[in-house]
Amino acid sequence: MEKAQTILSETKPIETKEVSGSVALLEALIAEGTNVIFGYPGGAIMPIYDAIYDYKDKLNHILVRHEQGGIHAGQGFARTSGKVGVVFATSGPGATNLVTGLADAMIDSTPLVCITGQVFAHLLGTDAFQETDVINITTPVTKWNYQVTDANEIPEVISKAFYIARSGRPGPVLIDITKNAQLQKFDFSGYTPCNHIRSYRPKPLIRKEYIVQAAELINQAKKPFIIWGQGVILGEAEKEFKALVEKSGIPSAWTILGAGAIPTDHPLNVGMLGMHGNYGPNVLTNECDVLIAIGMRFDDRVTGRLDKYAKQAKIIHLDIDPSEIDKNVQTTVPVWGDCKETIPALTELIQKKDHHQWLQKFREFDKNEFDAVIQNELHPASGELTMGEVIHQLNELTKGEAVIVTDVGQHQMVACRYAKLNNSRSNVTSGGLGTMGFALPAAIGAKFGALQKTVVAVIGDGGFQMTIQELGTIMQSGVDVKILILNNRFLGMVRQWQELFNDNRYSFVDIQSPDFVAVAAAYGIKGRSISERENLSPALEEMLNNKGSFLLEVMVTKENNVFPMVPQGCSVSEIRLK
Amino acid sequence: MSNQNETEKAPGKQEYNITVYTENQIGLLNRIAIIFTRRKINIHSLNTSPSEIESIHRFNIVVNETEEVVKKLSRQIEKQVEVLKVYFNTNDEVIWQELALYKVPTDIIAEKASVERLLRENGARAVVIRKDYTVFETTGHREETDALIKILQPFGLIEFVRSARVAIIKHSEGFNRKLREFEKAEPGEETSENEFLNNGQKIFTM
Repeated sequence: MEKAQTILSETKPIETKEVSGSVALLEALIAEGTNVIFGYPGGAIMPIYDAIYDYKDKLNHILVRHEQGGIHAGQGFARTSGKVGVVFATSGPGATNLVTGLADAMIDSTPLVCITGQVFAHLLGTDAFQETDVINITTPVTKWNYQVTDANEIPEVISKAFYIARSGRPGPVLIDITKNAQLQKFDFSGYTPCNHIRSYRPKPLIRKEYIVQAAELINQAKKPFIIWGQGVILGEAEKEFKALVEKSGIPSAWTILGAGAIPTDHPLNVGMLGMHGNYGPNVLTNECDVLIAIGMRFDDRVTGRLDKYAKQAKIIHLDIDPSEIDKNVQTTVPVWGDCKETIPALTELIQKKDHHQWLQKFREFDKNEFDAVIQNELHPASGELTMGEVIHQLNELTKGEAVIVTDVGQHQMVACRYAKLNNSRSNVTSGGLGTMGFALPAAIGAKFGALQKTVVAVIGDGGFQMTIQELGTIMQSGVDVKILILNNRFLGMVRQWQELFNDNRYSFVDIQSPDFVAVAAAYGIKGRSISERENLSPALEEMLNNKGSFLLEVMVTKENNVFPMVPQGCSVSEIRLK
Repeated sequence: MSNQNETEKAPGKQEYNITVYTENQIGLLNRIAIIFTRRKINIHSLNTSPSEIESIHRFNIVVNETEEVVKKLSRQIEKQVEVLKVYFNTNDEVIWQELALYKVPTDIIAEKASVERLLRENGARAVVIRKDYTVFETTGHREETDALIKILQPFGLIEFVRSARVAIIKHSEGFNRKLREFEKAEPGEETSENEFLNNGQKIFTM
């Protein structure tokens, strides 16, 4: 017996130490490279908070003001840093407050690991205080979730959580840990990161045949058109993508989540797709002969009416998630795989080309759009300030180097259309879910994910009031976030629809706001409100130059509409300029 | 694109048998079920059981849908972390059975000889015979188990229950060989089968 033990310890020296489940969790987070956590304590997660008290030097815990703020901050962090965002919340209401953020992260493929406390295992199902069935509530909005009831499970479960959250098509993972498991002492033998789960195939096998077929189609194409999405960014394939675009000479347009993967002013970047996207990319989607979709999912806001979407074109779809192929648009050549590998393989097989004439067509549409829409939006001669000119002036000052975080609505569309982005991961917005209230907390997280960058949260007067409490997080953490409120005193996007499609029947879109500058002041945040054109540039400058956070409210014209617009139920080629 | 024969062009809905190989994990049933409920698709029959491999579970799900819908559902199911593999097949491509139990009063059965004949004709056998009631069992396709309900109804059928469908895929080679590939870290062809390349195969796999 003694001999056997010696052999065992010689071949496999395992040092174990007795720790609590909570300590094992924190050690696991550190091993995964976590250095910032967004969270809010409560009864069922108290053992973890007790443990983190001794880890303050290794883990920067940011106390948010609401769990929804916590998870959006986690999302913002993940989006700018490329790392997994980590969020803590307690059981019951703490956990249910995460649901909106989980849904948002799920639809926008944002890697998160959320840890929720849960009541003692023996109380499960007894309607205990702050007990809620978090696993079942969050199942449709998580990539994976799991309830831990025994501390021994923690190291393995956390390693799986991180692996699942960030691999393949990323997404949110929720781990619910009962209080007894947080307290339970067990023999912790160290942390081993997970890199394989037999039932989980994050990367589909790349089939050369398809790359060849795709390259053939591209080489024969007269009017090829690339549309790309966040997949390029999530796959960290920006360089590879740029090489593809430049070698092929193909005009390329982006979904709002793909913005910034190649710079806004790249000569082959022809603009934004979708309902409020640019004129050329929408109309010419229905004229191209080969449509190359990369890391995007043909959302209805991008495609408009599906049965009139790119029917003339052969479609090549590159995606890491096989369930996206043929989901909305029937593919001619499906290229399954990680775009970090598929894009270079494709680039190698395509001929160097210059689609000058075809590109010129985009330029002609640009000119139309500029004359009909952009000129008045960015350079109005008189009248009240427009959202577009605020973004334009901001570009002049940031030179495209800032991270732009947007909320949801008119200001979001305007900011996405006009913001100059030089770098990848510098556009953070709630794309799929359209979560108002996203921007302020997401900007806090975005700053922690990109400390060297200026982070500007562009927010409407409606959305700002949805998570306004996170000003407290800014106050206490001292994080430097520039808050730019575009106040049109309306819930503008709904108002626009009511004007255009509901006969001007403005139903509950007339929203009153508090004195935002005074609110900011109450939180110790400097601020200013302006409404005159001559003050715009100096005020933006003051905001950007201020040491620490700053709130700038810009009163913009009340009833501006965002154009161009593809009305719901219309084809992309039916896009309206007014 | 599918395993359907050229001659069998059925653009409309029909019964599909979805076979899912999974890990044995609490909550997975819900994760799979909500893929259907989210799309307001009714699950006609659902059976979970062990498979030919220890620790691997097998779901048999029956829906009445178009091939396109079933294909998309199957992809969504296979996307779940704990799901290893999904197959879908039309009724022609599987051998399937359902089990039904019928409880009838013993005195009536004992009295009427015709009942015994009917039961025999329908392949039923007695599972329990008590003084007060008798439970018969039959296995077969839906029409067969349904037929016996109609037959027994006049004889005072007390209770009826039918199991979910279990189905074996005619052309399947089982999962043992595939599982070994799944256990490797690098994806192989078995784990990343591709419908377009597998065109013409008898079994549709995702």
